[in-house]
Amino acid sequence: MSDLSGETPEAPEPTPEGTIPSVAARLALYQRAGGFIVPLITTVFAFFIGGLVVLVVTHKNPISTYKAIFNGTGLNWFFPWISHSERVTAAFNLQATLILTTALILTGLAVAFAFRCGLFNIGGQGQYNLGAIVAVLVASSWTGMPGVPHILLSIVLGALAGALLAGFAGLLKATVGAHEVITTIMLNWIVFWLAGYLFGIGGPAQSSTQASVPVSNEIAPNTHLHVFWGNPILQGLHIGFFIAIGALVAYWIILNRTTLGFEVRAVGFNPEAARYAGISVAKNYFLAMAIAGVCAGLAGAIDVLGWKFRVGVDDVQGSSIGFIGIAVALLGRNTAVGVFFSALLFGALVNGTSTRNLDPNIFQPELASNLTLMIQGLVLLFVGADVIVIYFWRTRGKLAFWRRSEPAG
Amino acid sequence: MNARAETRFGNGWVRFGQPRSIGMLGIGLGLLAFWLALPPLATRTVLWPIFVGILAVGAGIAATSRGAGRVGWGAIAAGLAGIAFGALATRSSLGHLNTVVVWSALLASTLRYATPLTFAAIGGMFSERSGVVNIGLEGDMLMGSFFGIYGADITGSWFLGLLIAILSGMLLALIHAFFCINLRADQIVIGTAINFLALGVTGYLFVSHYGANGAPTSIPVIPDITFNWLQNVYFIGPIFGGLNLMIWLSFLLVILSYIVMFRTPIGLRIRSVGEHPRAADTVGISVYATRYAGVVTSGGLAAMGGAYLSLGFVHTFDQNITGGRGFIALAALIFGKWRPFGAFAACLLFGFSSALGDRLPDYFSQGSSVPVIFNALPYVLTLIAVAGVVGRSIPPAAIGRPYVKQ
Repeated sequence: MSDLSGETPEAPEPTPEGTIPSVAARLALYQRAGGFIVPLITTVFAFFIGGLVVLVVTHKNPISTYKAIFNGTGLNWFFPWISHSERVTAAFNLQATLILTTALILTGLAVAFAFRCGLFNIGGQGQYNLGAIVAVLVASSWTGMPGVPHILLSIVLGALAGALLAGFAGLLKATVGAHEVITTIMLNWIVFWLAGYLFGIGGPAQSSTQASVPVSNEIAPNTHLHVFWGNPILQGLHIGFFIAIGALVAYWIILNRTTLGFEVRAVGFNPEAARYAGISVAKNYFLAMAIAGVCAGLAGAIDVLGWKFRVGVDDVQGSSIGFIGIAVALLGRNTAVGVFFSALLFGALVNGTSTRNLDPNIFQPELASNLTLMIQGLVLLFVGADVIVIYFWRTRGKLAFWRRSEPAG
Repeated sequence: MNARAETRFGNGWVRFGQPRSIGMLGIGLGLLAFWLALPPLATRTVLWPIFVGILAVGAGIAATSRGAGRVGWGAIAAGLAGIAFGALATRSSLGHLNTVVVWSALLASTLRYATPLTFAAIGGMFSERSGVVNIGLEGDMLMGSFFGIYGADITGSWFLGLLIAILSGMLLALIHAFFCINLRADQIVIGTAINFLALGVTGYLFVSHYGANGAPTSIPVIPDITFNWLQNVYFIGPIFGGLNLMIWLSFLLVILSYIVMFRTPIGLRIRSVGEHPRAADTVGISVYATRYAGVVTSGGLAAMGGAYLSLGFVHTFDQNITGGRGFIALAALIFGKWRPFGAFAACLLFGFSSALGDRLPDYFSQGSSVPVIFNALPYVLTLIAVAGVVGRSIPPAAIGRPYVKQ
C-alpha cells in the first residue's frame, strides 16, 4: 500500500493502490484524529509566527499589536469589566465583526460543502461577487415593488447566480473532467472583469446619478435588511446573520440527515466505490458545486442588502471574502460548528486589522491586513499538513491503549 | 489494426482523410474567416468571412459525424466565431482596424505577455512531471516579482536582483516541497496556502519598506537586446529587434527544458517518479530528492517569470502584481499537455489574447467600458481549453499523490 491510510490499521478507508486518496477521505481521517485541540494549536501557532514577523520585520511589540487588533474586533464587549464608553465602541466594532462573520460563514460553507464531495471550490470569490452583482441589479431596479418580495427576489436570484456559476464548474468536472480548481479560478476572473464592464465608467449598469464613479446604482431603500442590533445608519447587525446561522443548520441537516448528503459524502470518500454502489458521481459533483454556489451567492446578496447597498468595481476587485472562506472551511474542518467559530475568528481578524478599527499609531493597518493574509496562509499550511495531526492522534492512541503494537511508520 | 498502424507510422495521405484532420482543417478555416476581415487583407465585404466560416462549420460537421467529436465541435465553434468576428470587423472603419491590428506590434506585445507565463509554466512542468501539483506557482511568481525589485533596489544591479528573486522563489518552493513531500499534505491545499503566504509576505514587506510611496522608479531594470541590423527588416524587425533579454532566455528555456525532460536520463528520472514512484524507487531513484528538485526548480523558474514581470516589463511592483498569471501558467501547462512546446504554444495564445485585450480599447470610443470585458479573454480561452476542445490532457499518473518510502 502506498498511501498514508494504508499504513495505519485504524485508518477509516484503506485506499487501494493506484487511486488518489480524495480530499474528503483525508479530511475524514483528520476529523477523527482529535477534537478542537488541533485547530486551536494550529491557530495559536500561526498567530505566534505572525507575531514573530511583526517583531522581526517592523520591530513593533507583537503583544500590543495583537491587543490593538483584538480591541478593534469588539470582542471585548463580552468582558464584564470594561467601562460604559468602551462598551459602546466595542458594541459598534462587534457589529462590524459579526457582519463579516455572516459573509464568512456562508463563503466558508461554500468551500466546505464542495470539500465534503471531494471538490476544492476556490471559486467562492467569483460566486460571492456574482451573487452581489445580481442582487444589486435586482434590488436597484423595479423600485415600485413592495419590500419583502423584492428582498426575497434579490436574495434568491443572487444565490441562483452563484449556483449557476459554481454548477457550471461542477458540470465541467462531471462531464469532461476539467479540474474544478482551474475552472473556478478562471470563473473568478471572468466575474472580476464582468464587474469592471458593468459598473465601470460608461458601463451599462453604472450609477445613473454619479457619472464619474465606477459604482452601481443604490438599491431601493425598502430592500435594506432589517437591522436588529445597533444603528442602521452606522452599519448595525442585520438579520442576514440569522440567515447564515440558518445555513449552518441546513448544512448540517443536508449532510448528515438526507440522502443527498449521504451521496455527496460517499462520492467525497471514494468516487469509485460510490459509482459501484449506484451513486451518480457526475450528478453529485454538479449538485455539490451548485449548493456551494448557493451559499457563496447568498453571502454576496446578503452583504449587498445588509450593509453595502451598492457594488463598486473596487469592491468586487478588491474583495477577498471568498478566499478567506477557504481558510474558514479548512480551519473549521468542514463541520457546521467549526465553520462558525473559524468564521468568527477570521471575521474578527479582518475587522480588527481594518483601517477603521486599528489605531495607526500602534500598527499600520495596511501592514496588518497583509499580516492577516500571512496568518491565513500559515493556518492553511498547518491545517493541510495532516500528518502532524495524525502523529498527535497516534500518540493519543498509544497513551490510551498503552503498549499497543503498531507498525513502525 | 492495420489502418491504425498506417496512420500512426507515416503515410500522410491516409492521415489526411482522417476525421480529426478534417476537424483541424475546420478550425483553421474558422480562424481564416476572421483573418480575412483584418489588415492587411481587410476584405470589406461580409461574404468572404461567411463563405469561409460556412466551410469551417461544414468541416466541423463532417468531422463530428465521423467520430472526431471534440475537434469537430471546436471547428463548428471556430467557424461561427469566425463569421461573427469577421462580420464585426467588416462593419468597423478601416482606420480603427489599422490602429488595433498592427500585426508586428501585436506579436511583440504577445511575446512580452507570454514570457512570464512561459517561465512559470515550464517551471510548473518540472514540479508536475515529478508528481507534485503546483498551485503555488502564483505565489512563487509573486515572490520573484517583489524580491526582484527589492534585490535590484538594494544591490543596484538587475542581475543580482534577478538572482535574489530566483532564490526567494526557491525558498518558498522549499517550504512547499517540505509540506507536500515530507509531511504528505494535500498538495492543492498547500499550494493555496503558499499563495496566501506569498501575498501576505510580499504585501507586508512592500508596505513596510516602501510604504505609500510605492516602489522606487530608479531601479536598474533588465535590459532589452537591440539588434540594429534587424530593426529595419520588414515585419520581423519590429517584433524581434528590441526584445527583452528574458524573452530570449525564455525561448532558450523551452528548448533546454525539452532536451532535459525528454532526451536525458535526468528527465527520464523525473518522469518516472511522476508516473510510477514505486517502480522508480525500486530501481534506485530517490523519489523524495527528485520531487524536491522538481518543486524547487519550478519555484526558481516561476520566480524568474515574476522577476521579468516587475524588472523587465512593468518596471515597478504593486501588491498582487501577478494578478492570477500563475494560474494561467498552470492552465497553459495543462493545455500544453505537460510538454514544453505545447505549454509554450499555450502561453503564446494567452499572451496574444492579453495583447489584443490591451490594444482593443483603441477600437472603442472614449468613455466606454466595453474594452474592460476583453481582459477576461484569456480566462475564457483557458476555460474552453480546459473544458477539452483540444482533447483531454492526461496528467502524470502519480500527480497529487504523496509517496511513502517503504
